[in-house]
Amino acid sequence: MHLQGRHSCRPSRALAKEGDASVAPTNAAHDRYNPRTMIYRIDVRTIEPARSSSGESGGDPLGEAVRQQIREFSPSVGRVSTRRIFLIDTDGEESHVRRIASELLADPIVEQAEFVRAGGGGDNGSSHGSRIEIHLKPGVMDPVAASTEMAIRDMGLSVREVRTGRAYLIDNELPREQLEHVASRVLANGVIESVHFDRFIPPQFETGREYKFQLRHVAIRNLSDDQLTRLSREGHLFLSLAEMKGVQDYFRAREREPSDVELETVAQTWSEHCVHKTLKSAVEVCDESGKTLRHYGNLIKETIFQSTQELIANRADGFCLSVFKDNAGVVIFDDHDAVCFKVETHNHPSAIEPYGGSATGIGGCIRDILGTGLSAKPIANTDVFCVAYPFEIANRKSQIANLPKGVIHPKRILQQVVAGVRDYGNRMGIPTVNGAVYFDDCYIGNPLVFCGCVGLIPRDKVKKEVKAGDAIVLMGGRTGRDGIHGATFSSAELTDTHADEFSHAVQIGNAITQKKMADVILQARDRGLFNAITDLGAGGLSSAIGEMGEKVGAEVHLDRVPLKYAGLRYDEIWISEAQERMGLSVPPQKVDELLNLAAAEDVEATVIGTFGTPQRELILNYRGSEVGRLSMHFLHDGLPMPTRRAVVPSSQRGTGASPVSSTMHGRGARATDLKERLLETLAHPNVASKHWIIRQYDHEVQGGSVIKPLTGPLQIGPSDAAVLRPKLDSFRGVALGVGLAPHIEDPYAMAIAAIDEAIRNVVSVGADPSKIALLDNFCWPSVDDEITMGTLVRACEACRDAALAYGIPFISGKDSLHNQFTNSETKEVIRIPNTLLISAMAVLDDVRTCVTIDLKNRTARVCLVKPKDETLATLIATHRALASQIAAGRIAACHDVSDGGVAVAAAEMCIASGLGMIVGEDLMSFDEPLGSYLIELTDVEQQHAVRAAFDGVADVIDFGLVQHFRKLTITTMRERVTEIGIDEMTQAWRGTLDW
Amino acid sequence: MRPKTLVLRTAGTNCDQETAFAFELAGATAERVHLNRILQSPGVLDDYQLLAIPGGFSYGDDIAAGRIFANQITHHLRDALRKFIDDGKPVIGICNGFQVLVKTDLLPGAIGGRADAGGQSATLTHNDCGRFVDRWVHLSPRSNKCVWTAGIDPLELPIAHGEGKFVPADESVRRALWDNDQVALVYSRPDGSSPQGRFPDNPNGSVDDIAGVCDASGLVLGLMPHPERYVSFLHHPAWSSSPGKGKKMTGDGAGLKLFINAVARAASGVGSGI
Repeated sequence: MHLQGRHSCRPSRALAKEGDASVAPTNAAHDRYNPRTMIYRIDVRTIEPARSSSGESGGDPLGEAVRQQIREFSPSVGRVSTRRIFLIDTDGEESHVRRIASELLADPIVEQAEFVRAGGGGDNGSSHGSRIEIHLKPGVMDPVAASTEMAIRDMGLSVREVRTGRAYLIDNELPREQLEHVASRVLANGVIESVHFDRFIPPQFETGREYKFQLRHVAIRNLSDDQLTRLSREGHLFLSLAEMKGVQDYFRAREREPSDVELETVAQTWSEHCVHKTLKSAVEVCDESGKTLRHYGNLIKETIFQSTQELIANRADGFCLSVFKDNAGVVIFDDHDAVCFKVETHNHPSAIEPYGGSATGIGGCIRDILGTGLSAKPIANTDVFCVAYPFEIANRKSQIANLPKGVIHPKRILQQVVAGVRDYGNRMGIPTVNGAVYFDDCYIGNPLVFCGCVGLIPRDKVKKEVKAGDAIVLMGGRTGRDGIHGATFSSAELTDTHADEFSHAVQIGNAITQKKMADVILQARDRGLFNAITDLGAGGLSSAIGEMGEKVGAEVHLDRVPLKYAGLRYDEIWISEAQERMGLSVPPQKVDELLNLAAAEDVEATVIGTFGTPQRELILNYRGSEVGRLSMHFLHDGLPMPTRRAVVPSSQRGTGASPVSSTMHGRGARATDLKERLLETLAHPNVASKHWIIRQYDHEVQGGSVIKPLTGPLQIGPSDAAVLRPKLDSFRGVALGVGLAPHIEDPYAMAIAAIDEAIRNVVSVGADPSKIALLDNFCWPSVDDEITMGTLVRACEACRDAALAYGIPFISGKDSLHNQFTNSETKEVIRIPNTLLISAMAVLDDVRTCVTIDLKNRTARVCLVKPKDETLATLIATHRALASQIAAGRIAACHDVSDGGVAVAAAEMCIASGLGMIVGEDLMSFDEPLGSYLIELTDVEQQHAVRAAFDGVADVIDFGLVQHFRKLTITTMRERVTEIGIDEMTQAWRGTLDW
Repeated sequence: MRPKTLVLRTAGTNCDQETAFAFELAGATAERVHLNRILQSPGVLDDYQLLAIPGGFSYGDDIAAGRIFANQITHHLRDALRKFIDDGKPVIGICNGFQVLVKTDLLPGAIGGRADAGGQSATLTHNDCGRFVDRWVHLSPRSNKCVWTAGIDPLELPIAHGEGKFVPADESVRRALWDNDQVALVYSRPDGSSPQGRFPDNPNGSVDDIAGVCDASGLVLGLMPHPERYVSFLHHPAWSSSPGKGKKMTGDGAGLKLFINAVARAASGVGSGI
């Protein structure tokens, strides 16, 4: 529908006026700045579609979705309509811009383009009502703008630059302060976006200014301890005094001051985020009286790593191909291929900008997989979010009525982190198949965002080696000022001033840039075009090249790095955390082929230096001048590692695994009526269905889906684990599960519970415990005190003990410390509960033997498998016995007992299948024991075989009978006591997070 | 001879591998070719007997899903594609591929009151529910003309999209689609009845529950559901409830039939010298 055509269709006064509006260059007064600048603004809006068969909602579904969000803050909000705004800087003719508007920007059937003039002269008749406009701040990545520029050129028209924004037009007049509140709380993120309450047309686009090179040094050789500490904080280096003194000594010995970029390089490389110095530190473990219990030279190495090494030495199948050294742990998939798995956290960026934080979190984790070995193909994503309760629930005091300053509402956080993972994962074409959400009010100022990615890689591509003489090739997105200091920022605790102080630390992603790059990298891998590859993440080039060049040295020419805009200093180029970039080590004779391959698919790749220097140094040049020279030895081995003390009180010295507390945080437990209690528990946010999230993720792309996150004939049952076939012509598969138990205070028991849950998840679908690998992700508050350090020690020890007892190795891990929030007004510090996320990946020989949780047969018997005790030996024996019975085809349905106990497990099996169950009241427990499962027997005649398999290990208790009545019938010895309809349970379970 | 399929990919295409696999299962060969190669030499198309534009997020759905890719076809490849279809070769656009084809003038094509207008005669826009949805849906075939869906039974397939609401340009287009037998697939309830536009059986609010349409020749099919995601029994969400479950299980998924239909047509074309 052409712009002019609107007159005849809709002769409304406002539209006619708009059609008549002369298209004028904006704001002539500003022309003196740049006489050629001509910024046109085009707004695109949805019109009623030709015919809506439903008769509902036509119009503007996005506006309606926004109205629902606003209504929580402003109940009186009227209808909301949205506009997409394009600001186009071109010296083309007005008729060209009209063509762009009608042929490219607006859909001819359901949208309409409107020219908007500067000064707000009547365009779309919105003289009444309110307007909120949101525009990206200059320099922020704007993928739509870039695509639009390309498409305009495809039309044969010229364009200088495009920028985009969006407007929300609210039917009724809301007070300004309410608009501001809505804008900042619901619609915009001040970190990357600016808000306007009238029509925004800038006189011209701001651009970067040309940078005038000036080498800067930082005088540190003569600084006192106090001055060093202050420099560390004010320069955002986040190094300890001991570390600052280490740097000082290095430069004193060289009789010179460091350049700023040298200092930054050390800070990035030594940051907690990059080097994990707390978990790697030497630890003296003491009791309360100060008596030394034991000593570790390197905590993580002598606990978790060591357990893996022992397991590797004791197994003959060579299952583990690469552990704890590459980006991800790698295990055997089949004779030809391996699978790798990595889980990352992106907590602090997500607290400030949840959408960008989670999107770049998953994006970064995907790059980890692309940078594993000689690059793996990403085949699945996982995500786990820990956030505060998003609403008041019964019997508890909530934080949200009194949100601390600088904190984003937990509902918005959850919505935005889900949207971030959704948009990035879906666009990359990687199925997001497994995850969890855990609510606890202590995550109010410091939510946790875990993102995982699984990759498939040929076994002969697992090893990589940078060779001296290789070209350093930087591939992918351009470098801007994005996310500078992300590595150091994530090692600092959050306060409410962080959002302002560190706004530049937020990174913005563009999934398509990364998808293009991944397409090229996997082809280049198969052609053997590079010797090594790594992702650019925290610390940007400084970490990636510093790490790749550790053994041979590297020389980089920073002025060769392609930039998004002018004006970046050399040190900013070096530490920028711009997304979607990878570093490759390319043999000189392969450089041309690689660059050509990239160019053929519109991917930028540039040689920025060479690996290998005579003295094994890192040498940085900019425009012909040397701006930095550091010894690789100092950079990688110079970090002072002081011995830390950890105190483990006697109350935490047990190796028992029994959790006493519950996921429900003790709530809902008060109801005396069984029915009421079950419905309340099913509706508890930690138990309730997460379908609202799951359905937004494409969990089937790549065509390998076997067990989907929502399962059963009704596709609503919660799968214990996801199963997929990475190779479409094979029945081999991968199962993925997660476990976490932050509600358990004892760190050892907490870790065991998380490990057991992750393992139960994958065993429930049929995984063989001898083919499982584990990942650990530690998220702790500050470990500055000895007691907290003690909890970290105990969690590490639990991981070691469980891995050895279960014979299941940890293959990769990551930690994020300092997760706490300081309220600057009350000075209250809100520490997150110690949170250990365990992710399990299992390799399945034949996915056709997998089982799901939904009840299958109308007359079947359901049994409760309950280990005889909770020792690790008994738990693993139970898991193995169950796996053998599933493999033998004797189990028709299986569900592990976790949050909400066996009562919830039974209810979920009914919900998933639409079949009912008859259960004795004495068995309907809400306890959360370890190692337990509910199983439906395929055939009652085989029950003896099943019982025999668990003999001496676990009790196989007759739990209930499946019935075709759609209800859970709970009986006592004397009479029927309670009936709960499946629909009632389904409603309770699905209603809580039905956003 | 096995017919050759060109699976066209560009920045953001992400269902190309499983789409190629589906064509191979159906008896064709398949090559995934980057758009840039076709833009350089559109004659490459002559080497193939089938064309698929697979699902994904071409150019990130920027501006609107499929819009930028469609703009490239309109300005650089329209004649080459027109010739491909005029040669009697089947074309399929799945999900994002459907969005691309609808935003050119190739699908559903010049029709109804838009017969002489040029440009789009229908569109795919944001789901009524306002967000991306992944779920399985029931579908009923409606067209005898469409070479892809001819003779298939009602089936289930997964959808995964945010902009899948099919809207004809006007009433004349809507009526002509039915009159010309160009409505290939509609969303239905499990019992085969019409969901009347209602979620979730109609997952996006499409007019007349339309899930897929073909062009006037019946050779070009565009559909939002993903037939390539149901080519094995293991793809179905309830496969584990099937009787006889276990290691010996085998079987195709119902989506494969679409590919088999088109490959058979292409193979007969290959034989007759097309």
